[in-house]
Amino acid sequence: MAETALAAQATASGLGPEDARNAAREVRAQRVRAFLFVLPLLAFIFFAFVAPIASMLFRSAYNPTAAELVPTTLEAIESWDGEGRPDEAVLTQFAIDLKRLANDRTSGQLAEEINRFLPGTSSVVKSTARALRRAEDETLATGGAALLLDANEAWGEPGIWRALTQAGQVYSASYYLTALDLEMSREGTIQQRDTQIYLKLYGKTLWMALIITLLTLILGYPLAFHMAHSSTSRANFLMVFVLLPFWTSLLVRTTSWIALLQTNGVVNSTLMALGLTRDPLEMLYTQFSTIIAMTHILLPFMVLPLYSVMRGIDPSYMRAAMSMGSRPIPAFLRIYLPMSLPGLSAGALLVFIISVGYYITPALVGGTDGQMISNIIAFHMQQSNNWELAAALGSLLLFLIIALYWLYDRFVGAGNIKLG
Amino acid sequence: MKYHLLAMAGALALGAQGAAAQDLTVTSFGGAYGAAQQEHMIDPYVAETGVNILFEDYGGGVAEMKAQSESGNIQWDVVDIEVIDLERACSEGYVAAIDHSMLPPGDDGTPAAEDFIPEALHECGVGNIVWSIIFAHANDAYADGGPQTIADFFDTEAFPGKRGLRKRPQVNLEWALMADGVAPEDVYEVLATEEGQQRAFDKLGTIKDDIVWYDSWSQAPVLLNDGGAQMVQSANGRIFAAIKDEGAPFTMVWDSHVYDLDVWAVMEGTEKMDQALDFIKFATQTVPLSGMQDVAYGPTRKSAQALLPEDVKQDLPTAHLDAGLKADGIFWADFGESLGEKFNEWLLQ
Repeated sequence: MAETALAAQATASGLGPEDARNAAREVRAQRVRAFLFVLPLLAFIFFAFVAPIASMLFRSAYNPTAAELVPTTLEAIESWDGEGRPDEAVLTQFAIDLKRLANDRTSGQLAEEINRFLPGTSSVVKSTARALRRAEDETLATGGAALLLDANEAWGEPGIWRALTQAGQVYSASYYLTALDLEMSREGTIQQRDTQIYLKLYGKTLWMALIITLLTLILGYPLAFHMAHSSTSRANFLMVFVLLPFWTSLLVRTTSWIALLQTNGVVNSTLMALGLTRDPLEMLYTQFSTIIAMTHILLPFMVLPLYSVMRGIDPSYMRAAMSMGSRPIPAFLRIYLPMSLPGLSAGALLVFIISVGYYITPALVGGTDGQMISNIIAFHMQQSNNWELAAALGSLLLFLIIALYWLYDRFVGAGNIKLG
Repeated sequence: MKYHLLAMAGALALGAQGAAAQDLTVTSFGGAYGAAQQEHMIDPYVAETGVNILFEDYGGGVAEMKAQSESGNIQWDVVDIEVIDLERACSEGYVAAIDHSMLPPGDDGTPAAEDFIPEALHECGVGNIVWSIIFAHANDAYADGGPQTIADFFDTEAFPGKRGLRKRPQVNLEWALMADGVAPEDVYEVLATEEGQQRAFDKLGTIKDDIVWYDSWSQAPVLLNDGGAQMVQSANGRIFAAIKDEGAPFTMVWDSHVYDLDVWAVMEGTEKMDQALDFIKFATQTVPLSGMQDVAYGPTRKSAQALLPEDVKQDLPTAHLDAGLKADGIFWADFGESLGEKFNEWLLQ
């Protein structure tokens, strides 16, 4: 397109077709060069951002573990109606499969999958696998069902088989249901789970992120305003104080809050020395400490965009408004505030989105009531090993943020965001 | 930024090269415990065989092993695992089965099969230490002796003050049931039932307002020290070290302690299987094991226990096994996730 336009241009200006071709080649070469420059970045973004998120989204609904471990049993059990004990043939087939898993030492993986749907069955699967490990192949083929029932009477109950069929579903929305505190009942309707936890945590996370955003705004706006309206040297001097904590390790900043807020820490000793309280206040390991530490840590994300936008606001507008007879406060509200709004939006959005997914500070100073959704995701990654549920919780968080961003764009307009 | 990335990539490449030059990667828990292992197991082994060892730290759990196994990129060779996680690591095939007949007899000539305490020889691991979760109190917090039993720990009227507990269901639920009068041998049976779980959470609820939750063992002695709590749950070695090395005025209570073992295991799929097994053979001999007393953890060989001075033995979990409960790895493999969710729900209430 551009080449033809260029060629037309070249002919129009009296140059030969040879020159036009040369010019077009030059443009192409420039494009390739430009693309080569950004190629490392594209590759980096793909491997460090797109691929992990895609695999997380995929993992939250796709779990082939059980289906790969016992495919034949799952095929055989398809005809089972879900009541009573499945056919002898299913039990026998499962016994044969389980023996193979025991010898491959993968029975534990199946056990964990089934255990997710029926807690307490992990040991049943594993002990049965151990018992079947030495069984002869011929005995298994004829009396596998009996061996299974001998090893553990749970195999005579329908519950464990239902859990197996559930675990055998390769694509399933069950992790998303769990992440929303719901479950699929046996009749196929969706109902509340016994344990109600994740929705509450999402709500709390959003609430805390909102408070933190408001606090950084209240603290950051006047500071940015002051910096934008002082001399360059003074502004630079103040900027060091904003950036210095920003450059300090996150862990150092969080642990210094521990030193400040702990029972016999600096804040409590000061309060007690001043006679303001008799007993030390309980501040560490609470929601309060999480909010105050995160406000401190995220403050630069609010101040920096605000400052750079305010720096670009021409002071003559305010002066003009005042000279036309406006009082300072209405002038500020009607002239300055709307003009600083792009920086405010950028800062608020940055702080809010970062704090929704924050992990390390709530983990260190959060205690009981300062936990956020990221901490439970970490629990499922590290302790319970339920990576599928962790992925579903993480995906929901991602959708939530996208939805909020959409809302923001709808009502405020994303074009308003300005970082400088 | 670009230079920064380049520098990082360079550092990564160098790091990878550094790791490749190591002959064996051994992973354990670090801290004073890691230092004792370095002194009594790693250093003597390096001196004797000339094999280079990269000694790394991790925080426990099977997540990192799972990640290595799933990606097929096995970076560790030998790993120190708590038995509570071993059950899972073993049956899911992250660590290799170990033939116990390779283990040398104790220094007094007792065959390995008899020399080790029975729990120490697991299908996938060889016992390293017996350690325990106890509670301790600050001496100045209570006149006349302070709390003596687990029931006292839950008695906020007789013993007011904050209780520091590690934020997880494990051990806390066992303690709640034992404080509520369940016999140690029935604890896990009761906890497997819906009513038993409710009973444990109810009992824990009676002290909920007095609990200070923490996340890692290192916080336990700190809480006791700075007055954040008057009683804390702790790994016994942490409190022992605070008393011994810093003269901290703490008292350990052994009643209803929950003990567990740590074992050495080999990562399944490592290319250095023989070397890894050779290291385990060396590290679990009588003399290296007896060195674990430095951090108050009991050695798993009887011949190593015999080498310890009488006054030291009193501070080791192995001297108090009768008063304790063995942590049940099989139970927690079954209920770790569901009770973890219930625990978090209870915390939010």
